[in-house]
Amino acid sequence: MSVHDFWTPFSLLPFLNALIIGISLASIWLIAALGLAIIYGTMGVINMAHGELIMLGAYTTYVFQSLVGVPFLICLPLAFFVVAAIGWVIERGVIRTLYTRPLDTLLATWGLSLILIQSVRLIFGGEPQYVGVPSWLNFQIDASFVHLSGLRLFIVLMAIILVTLTWYILYRTTLGIRVRAVMQDKEMAASFGIDANRVYSLTFAYGAGLAGAAGAMFGALKTLFPDMGSAYVVEAFLVVVVGGIGLIGSVFSSALLGELNSVFSYFTNDTFARFVLFTLVVVFLRFRPQGIISEGMGRR
Amino acid sequence: MKLTRRSVLKGAATGAAAAAVTSPFVFLPNKALAAPWISKGGTIKVGVLFSQSGNLAVVENDSAQVVLYAIDEINANGGVAGMQIEPVVVDAKSDIKVYSEKISQLILRDRVISTFGGYTSASRRAVAPVVMARNHLFYYPTCYEGRECTQNIINTGPLANQHSQDLIPFMVENFGPKVYLVGSNYIWPKESNKNAKVWLERSGGEVVGEDYVPLGGSEFTPIFNKIRQQQPDFIFSTVVGDSDIALHKQFLQEGFKADKMPIASLTTGEIETRAMGAEAGAGHFLSAPYFQTMENPTNQRFVEGYLGSQYGGGGVTHYNMEETYLSVYVWKYGVEAALAAAGDIEEVTPRLIRDSSAGIKVEDEVSPEGLVWIDPDNFNIWLKPKIGQCQADGQFKVIKAAAEHVGPDPMSIYPERGVCKADGLHTPDGTVRQNVL
Repeated sequence: MSVHDFWTPFSLLPFLNALIIGISLASIWLIAALGLAIIYGTMGVINMAHGELIMLGAYTTYVFQSLVGVPFLICLPLAFFVVAAIGWVIERGVIRTLYTRPLDTLLATWGLSLILIQSVRLIFGGEPQYVGVPSWLNFQIDASFVHLSGLRLFIVLMAIILVTLTWYILYRTTLGIRVRAVMQDKEMAASFGIDANRVYSLTFAYGAGLAGAAGAMFGALKTLFPDMGSAYVVEAFLVVVVGGIGLIGSVFSSALLGELNSVFSYFTNDTFARFVLFTLVVVFLRFRPQGIISEGMGRR
Repeated sequence: MKLTRRSVLKGAATGAAAAAVTSPFVFLPNKALAAPWISKGGTIKVGVLFSQSGNLAVVENDSAQVVLYAIDEINANGGVAGMQIEPVVVDAKSDIKVYSEKISQLILRDRVISTFGGYTSASRRAVAPVVMARNHLFYYPTCYEGRECTQNIINTGPLANQHSQDLIPFMVENFGPKVYLVGSNYIWPKESNKNAKVWLERSGGEVVGEDYVPLGGSEFTPIFNKIRQQQPDFIFSTVVGDSDIALHKQFLQEGFKADKMPIASLTTGEIETRAMGAEAGAGHFLSAPYFQTMENPTNQRFVEGYLGSQYGGGGVTHYNMEETYLSVYVWKYGVEAALAAAGDIEEVTPRLIRDSSAGIKVEDEVSPEGLVWIDPDNFNIWLKPKIGQCQADGQFKVIKAAAEHVGPDPMSIYPERGVCKADGLHTPDGTVRQNVL
């Protein structure tokens, strides 16, 4: 393979479009990571079943869209609430008993992810399913260097909406104050009369709901099958690990990773881009293990 | 512990003893292996080694189902040489290690006389060393790149030379010379692309770009950005599995049109077009020896029979499935030929079945794609490649079928490696090498 085959020659307009694609990739990664970041940040629980919650969101959309006939835009909140309910049950049933044994939550949630994958396979079969894109999203923006599909623009907007919503809940509501209090010191918050267990339940359900909404969009964008979650969970973990705890960190890290991935993919290829990306993440964590933003908290 | 000679020797002895206890198969006496593979009055055991979980299950689950369907069909019609076939089904879990582990178990513990299995070249490569060391017989029932010459594997899918020969010239002629190659990142797409380049050169085409995505990767926008820059006349895809669905969906979302720049694929069959939505599949091309819509009585019976059976839950039939179905019949005829040669069913061995399979034909009455036969030299299959175009309903319309059967040539772009014959690879320097991977 010659050097020319490997390196795409620089050309301004496609390069600018690669930057736009970077934003699109970043929004997908951010949406995938948001729920994970909230759950990890608040509860210190590393939810290995996060990818499967995304998968459940996608299958919820499939069920409502293909079997019931609900329009796509309504499927989004439906996926949110259905998966949030499942998340609430998981927290009550499994996670709750393991708060004092954080390492066991890793194992428990991983086992849970296997159970979820196999149950979905038993119910819907192993073959890929189909989620349609609504016709009003079947457009493309084609203006000089910008080429972006309607669905991807929609996902960027949804990422902004979900981040804003999460920020509002965390920083502008009483519930958010309680969540942040429990985040900083569970015992102290409890002594001020905050029901920490209830806060945990709600946080886990909310994080799961975000994963569900993410799944609804990913099903339309990519492929829908029982093992789809594992692809997203790696990216989600990368975003959380690089970003550190908190909303702003995730936003910054997903933007950074998405752009790097897109630019390296443009100049070389997808495989090499991932290699560079993972290497950079390891080097970065060597020097800043707490991530971009640590929000003045101790490491968990 | 201090490292002395005594402690090292003691450790080694303990280790060897432990190995002997935990893996009894390795030290199995030869007497056990000398017992007949098929005993009179019993059943004929065959292995069914496909992934029924994990990311390959999407395709391989159908393969396992169709093998069981074919075995049921043969058993209902009196079995093989008057004996019933007993399938031993093992889940390979989409894991290379499990393939090589389970093939040993099938051969040594279950003593199956042959095994059907695999969908990726990686899985074939994982079982090959065991299969060859044990002189077993493995049926690899799907397309692959060639470049191998083994004496223990029979393949019933098209080789890379059978795929490209028609498809590439057809695309160049109808859409233009410039092609962008997109594939999954493993051996089969890369070898297929090498083959495609040879045919491109012969038909006056040129490669304007080549990109690979990781297995399971589903993000194609960076590649589409480059495709937009290079302006190819068509895309040649060897993307497999769930990634292939994402490729077609995003092609549509990015605003590309199948009539301006179609995707010519070696993999996008009926099961994929159903999952991507017919609107994402419509207009693109597939080279395959079989399509569900093929009109002949045998195929009609196969489609209705399979979809109506307990195995047909997937709702479609596709080329990979049909090639797998054929492999069971190739095996059946092979056993019958071996019996005729040996005279006694207890004398039939895996290797004898393989040697007796040279030139075995599957006739129109059994083969949904029409007459095919096993090459007597390299034990791949002679078939008629066809080009199908996906229609609005997700089914394919055959728009070009080869008039003559096309022979398999595993060394078509590696003539310097030699010629594959029944007894091994005849290298240019005059030696014959067995089991060349």
